[in-house]
Amino acid sequence: MTAILEKSTKEIIPSQEMIPEYFRITKTQKDTHDTFTIELEPPKNGFNFTPGQFNMLYMFGVGEVPISISGDPSDRNKLTHTIRAVGSVTRTMQKLKKGDFVGIRGPFGTHWPAEESIGNDIVIVAGGIGLAPLRPSIYHILSNREKYGKVVLLYGTRTPNDILYRKELEQWRARFDLEVLITVDRAASDWKGNVGVVTTLIPRSHFDPFNTVAMVCGPEIMMRFSVQDLLKCGVAVNNIYVSMERNMKCGIGFCGHCQCGSTFICKDGPVYPYNNVKDIFIKREI
Amino acid sequence: METLEPLLSEHPFLKGLDPKHLQLITGCASNVRFDAGQIIFREGEEADQFYIIRNGKVALQIYTPGRGSIIIDTLTEGDILGWSWLIPPYQWRFDAVAGELTRAIALDGKCLRNKCESDHDLGYELLKRFASIVDSRLESTRLRLLDMYDSNP
Repeated sequence: MTAILEKSTKEIIPSQEMIPEYFRITKTQKDTHDTFTIELEPPKNGFNFTPGQFNMLYMFGVGEVPISISGDPSDRNKLTHTIRAVGSVTRTMQKLKKGDFVGIRGPFGTHWPAEESIGNDIVIVAGGIGLAPLRPSIYHILSNREKYGKVVLLYGTRTPNDILYRKELEQWRARFDLEVLITVDRAASDWKGNVGVVTTLIPRSHFDPFNTVAMVCGPEIMMRFSVQDLLKCGVAVNNIYVSMERNMKCGIGFCGHCQCGSTFICKDGPVYPYNNVKDIFIKREI
Repeated sequence: METLEPLLSEHPFLKGLDPKHLQLITGCASNVRFDAGQIIFREGEEADQFYIIRNGKVALQIYTPGRGSIIIDTLTEGDILGWSWLIPPYQWRFDAVAGELTRAIALDGKCLRNKCESDHDLGYELLKRFASIVDSRLESTRLRLLDMYDSNP
């Protein structure tokens, strides 16, 4: 009976999607008080992914978590993950050092429509650690900058100390071909930047709403209100993409934890056209 | 004589206003400029003006003993600063400090209040427009109170 079950499972899901592979950590970096980035050495043939995809990260003996890939998709020799320490697995990962190993399954999921948006203005709205899954997309757009119109990055976070990739954001802000606006929810009087929710940045940024593709990632409530403001500005509903993260567990649409109606977030998402998930956003039961 | 009327009529906040009302409002308007760090108003002072920010940045702050001044909002180009002039007891609720060189159109609230009393149509129009600002500031405040970036929601 077990043999039959094993056989049928293997037929449904290729084994490489179920068995974690060892990746060695080449670098760890503390980003904020609760967020850190690890860089991993992929196998000899490199690691391919598209911006927006995620991996299942395995801490052997502790558990497994889905984490978006936050590095440059064109660099096949480095796999980067930015992680927030919020549960037992990620808190254990926080203690990892260079040379330690992590189990990886992936990459899984859908991607941001960077290629499909060529010729459009791009608005990227990120909240908190939601900047991490969008970063590969930013790298991709910047390395193909001439193919896009205006590119705007709007980033909101809790306090100035919670700003992710601070140095990189400063470099991006210095570019003439990228508009970067940052806001925090609260700050002391020595903060010279914006204070207020990220949605307040949408009408302040300069893009052509009728020719814009928007990519939004952050807490669901932040995405909900950002989408409303993007729509209010005139961005077409079909041009707004969001990244869902609810209850992902297995990464292959097998366990059913992330099922929302007819969709499995880990398999059919995490990146969705907003139009496809707008009903899920207001569904309270799931 | 050149007036601020063309500028005011183009501003989204006043767009579509009856020309006679716009003229009345223009009569209460003047250009102002604040240097970086300059205090525009302080909590508790009489609120007798509001501002349409043309460029620059203004931090709305609240002073908390022991914690100092905390910024609760930042207003920039195109934003409306101040609605306490419209609602009794006409006192500022926060401090406003120019974060950088800021240019704005100041509107005399006392003068406008009198005009609104004698012309209720103008009063209703202004109240509708300010209510929408108050609504968006309230929504923004509520979102921040939710602490949506908290790791343990």
